[in-house]
Amino acid sequence: MKAIKNVGLVIFLVGLAIFTALPVIGTFKIDQATFDQMAQDQGFAKSELFVEAMQKNVVGKEFQGIQALSPPVTEALETANAANKKNKAYKKVIYTKPNDMVSSIGKKSGAGYIVENKGMMWFLTFGLGIIGALMFILPNVILLGKKGIKNNGIYHESATNQGWIAWMVFIFLVGFYIILYFAPQYAVNWTYLVDPISERLSGNAAGHWFVYGFMYCVVMTVMAVRMYIKYRHNVYQMVRTTSVLFFQIVFAFLIPEIMVRLQMPYYDFKNAFPLDYDFFFQWNIKSLMNSGGIGLFILVWGIVLTLVVVPVMVYFFGKRWYCSWVCGCGGLAETLGDPYRQHSSKSLFSWKIERWLIHGVLVFAVGMTLMTLYSFFTDTGMVLGLKTASVQNTYSTMIGAVFAGVIGTGFYPIFGNRMWCRFGCPLAAYLGFVQRFKSRFRITTNGGQCISCGNCSTYCEQGIDVRAYAQKGENIVRSSCVGCGVCSAVCPRGVLKLENGPLEGRINPTEVLLGNDVDLMDLVNKK
Amino acid sequence: MEHIVIIGNGIAGVSAARHIRKNSDKKITIVSTETEYFFSRTALMYVYMGHMKFEHTQPYENWFWKKNRIDLVKGFVTKVNHQNKKLILKEGSELSYDKLIIATGSKPNKFGWPGQDLKGVQGLYHRQDLEQLEANAPNNKVCKRAVIVGGGLIGIELAEMLVTRNIPVTFLVREASFWNGVLPKGESELINEHILEHHIDLRLETNLVEIIADENGWAKAVTTDKGETIECTVVGLTAGVSPNIDFLKESGIELGRGVKVNRFLETNIPDIYAIGDCAEQHEAIGNRRPIEAVWYTGRMMGETLAQTICGNRRAYNPGHWFNSAKFLDVEYQTYGWVFSERGMKEYEQHFHWRHSKEKVCITVSFDKDSKKFLGINTFGIRMRHAIFDRWLTEERSVDYVMEFLKDANFDPEFYKVYEGEILTAYNAEFGTSIAPKKKSWKRIFSTT
Ligand SMILES: Cc1cc2nc3c(=O)[nH]c(=O)nc-3n(C[C@H](O)[C@H](O)[C@H](O)COP(=O)(O)OP(=O)(O)OC[C@H]3O[C@@H](n4cnc5c(N)ncnc54)[C@H](O)[C@@H]3O)c2cc1C
Ligand code: SF4
Ligand code: SF4
Repeated sequence: MKAIKNVGLVIFLVGLAIFTALPVIGTFKIDQATFDQMAQDQGFAKSELFVEAMQKNVVGKEFQGIQALSPPVTEALETANAANKKNKAYKKVIYTKPNDMVSSIGKKSGAGYIVENKGMMWFLTFGLGIIGALMFILPNVILLGKKGIKNNGIYHESATNQGWIAWMVFIFLVGFYIILYFAPQYAVNWTYLVDPISERLSGNAAGHWFVYGFMYCVVMTVMAVRMYIKYRHNVYQMVRTTSVLFFQIVFAFLIPEIMVRLQMPYYDFKNAFPLDYDFFFQWNIKSLMNSGGIGLFILVWGIVLTLVVVPVMVYFFGKRWYCSWVCGCGGLAETLGDPYRQHSSKSLFSWKIERWLIHGVLVFAVGMTLMTLYSFFTDTGMVLGLKTASVQNTYSTMIGAVFAGVIGTGFYPIFGNRMWCRFGCPLAAYLGFVQRFKSRFRITTNGGQCISCGNCSTYCEQGIDVRAYAQKGENIVRSSCVGCGVCSAVCPRGVLKLENGPLEGRINPTEVLLGNDVDLMDLVNKK
Repeated sequence: MEHIVIIGNGIAGVSAARHIRKNSDKKITIVSTETEYFFSRTALMYVYMGHMKFEHTQPYENWFWKKNRIDLVKGFVTKVNHQNKKLILKEGSELSYDKLIIATGSKPNKFGWPGQDLKGVQGLYHRQDLEQLEANAPNNKVCKRAVIVGGGLIGIELAEMLVTRNIPVTFLVREASFWNGVLPKGESELINEHILEHHIDLRLETNLVEIIADENGWAKAVTTDKGETIECTVVGLTAGVSPNIDFLKESGIELGRGVKVNRFLETNIPDIYAIGDCAEQHEAIGNRRPIEAVWYTGRMMGETLAQTICGNRRAYNPGHWFNSAKFLDVEYQTYGWVFSERGMKEYEQHFHWRHSKEKVCITVSFDKDSKKFLGINTFGIRMRHAIFDRWLTEERSVDYVMEFLKDANFDPEFYKVYEGEILTAYNAEFGTSIAPKKKSWKRIFSTT
């Protein structure tokens, strides 16, 4: 069994190594016909200067790796734009960002083994990764022994105790997200791997966001297998894992791609505003309004989802219905992130930061959206002296990319798996208000049974000091609780139960716990 | 300002301190020798097992004490001089008090076994024991086998700990079945089986005779009263605990096995009190033992004594008994009184149900004649404390408990429920025809 695991690990690492090498290898050569076609399709034929420079330095030439192709294209674009601006030929300026230009030229100019053997390359990366990971995970059915809590050795192992393996994973994830958000040209080779799948789904070649979406589903599925094995005694965890997996694969991945194939707008029906922060952006509203009935439906659904469905569901079930049963960010955190859940900081200080930060982001998101709507209806680009577009860009970069992506996932191995959900997600902040003030959900503390051992707090991914409540006999009613149920699972004394019940008595501050003198309890607790 | 000094920063001492602070402005000092800050002793095992770091066992952040003006002194009290209301610390310093609370907890029992002080022989109680275990048994290369002596709660925890590092464990238990002085037969047997499932070499009705040393003074084997010699590198002594009060021998404070206290937790000396594991009631309260060495009672005594110290003199008057533990993977909870065959009252009758495959069982105890419900033990099912506490207060009948059992279930959502099977078995055994009532939130929250 151990041997299977080790072989699996090696296979996985080989797949990962090839995947990691891909951004910087491969041959790129764009021929005249393709370039001309692109120039027409993408409208950059208008800039003769750019086309000229490209003809001279790029077209027909062979480049080894994107890093070789990138400088001449970037230079061609920047020089051409600068010259056109100087000559006041604004119509000829190309507004595509250099990185994106390199991406799209790169995508069309890939040549050689990788492009010609997409299936094989898929197998050597994703294939080996999946096979290796499963070989590593599946033997645990036997190795982990009897069903029960499987946290042995978590703080002894480098990978789960912020050791060097964790730091390697950290660097890998951060690097991956930086490529994704800030240097997509390096993802071109990855897109080839999944082109066949993308073409089958939406009819289009894959872009880097398709790579991400596909990889997301693969990673979640494999790590869900790990969850099923680890928590096989805990039906709540099994059901919940199945639910997030379903919503990720069907709602976040398949349906939007299929909608594109059907000439409908790309839309994830479960992604609620303000997590879906660009829902009200002008381009999105316009595109929805131009998509006929379905567009209108989406517009209405998006609003109803946020204003009605979300709060009503939170009232009945707590925010868990979204955060750990439906949401994609939560889904990744609960699968890929599960081995790191213990790293969330439980200090009071972190809680203070959390409240400022998450509510700050909510204010930012709502403010930005109000600006956007105002701009939209009044047809101005400025609100109160601020440019709507630059506020949107700041949000997209700082919150959408850096916070939710690079930090949100990249920081898993060191700071825990819910950095984004806890400190950043504006939807979580909104759900949290409802959960805290008007919801049937609570974690019931079982009378006086707590022994203050600390397992619950340690494994709470949201950094809630669960024990602080449990050892006082008090129910846990916290806006940040995502209802993952792990505190309840790891409690060795059966103290915690996630449940939905009447509002009355839900919040029950106590001084003296059940089991002591009843008169004393009356005296102290009713004071 | 009145100065309250507490010896011992365990759950008892800390509960008292917290509640005194809540109710007063008195100066509070806790003297303790084991660690600087309060930690949860019950969680020591999880540190060795790698579930947590030691810092996670500390229920309060380090700033808590200063903020609440609870002074912490790390030191060992060697003498209590009650004439001058002074403590003498090992380090030579003295500390005056106006009121003194003794909350020094327990220490592992040693019954004079030959070799009990050899290297590699240890108990599991203090933080230092954990550190020693880490040194003695870091893995199965250094520790080829461990022998654990004494089949109680700490013994089985120690066994579980060692097993997580793949160290072979032999578990010597004096009784004919694990913990059968406390657990009824069916439950005790279930745990025997579970211990074996975890590949622990369980030796029932076996006593330690001697621990044999190697040439360096390390334990190398034990011999048992069955005539066996078992080679080992670590010996865990877990045959119960007793109050940690040696330093009080000449103090004039009345001692039995523990510090003798009345119902107000007062000792024979005015202004000196004792709580937690080290306190011994003159007379046992109800079915409780005179010395209650569990977490909850330490906390309850602390809660109660704080009232007295703050001018609201109160007797220690605990409510219905409850407790819980975990045997490897099986959780155990108890509410009210369920005695083992050894301790069973003459009026007590049991209903026992065990699942055909899973390690799940319950025992309900009730009065033979009146059918009054007396208590329940559950294994592998979590129960709602508040509900059983209420049913005990309301003196419900066992039939009532059976009928409304669903209200008491506290397992996580979607778990398999067993009330149907339990009731079928109950009806068959007692010729009743009780149908289980659906769980009702209204009932559950009606009086809490
Ligand atoms: C491994 C283990 C697991 C347990 N699990 C459970 C469980 O699951 N459930 C349960 O109910 N109970 C459990 N217990 C029992 C429970 O931990 C004790 O009942 C409880 O900790 C006692 O608290 P206390 O405050 O009375 O004393 P302690 O926690 O023992 O605290 C006393 C402190 O006083 C210090 N001290 C002693 N003498 C002096 C002195 N002369 N000068 C200065 N300081 C001194 C000691 O070093 C110690 O730190 C467990 C015990 C152990 C060891
Ligand atoms: S409190 Fe419990 S259920 Fe809520 S997020 Fe933390 S571990 Fe999950
Ligand atoms: S895990 Fe359970 S017993 Fe331990 S501190 Fe949390 S609620 Fe209390």
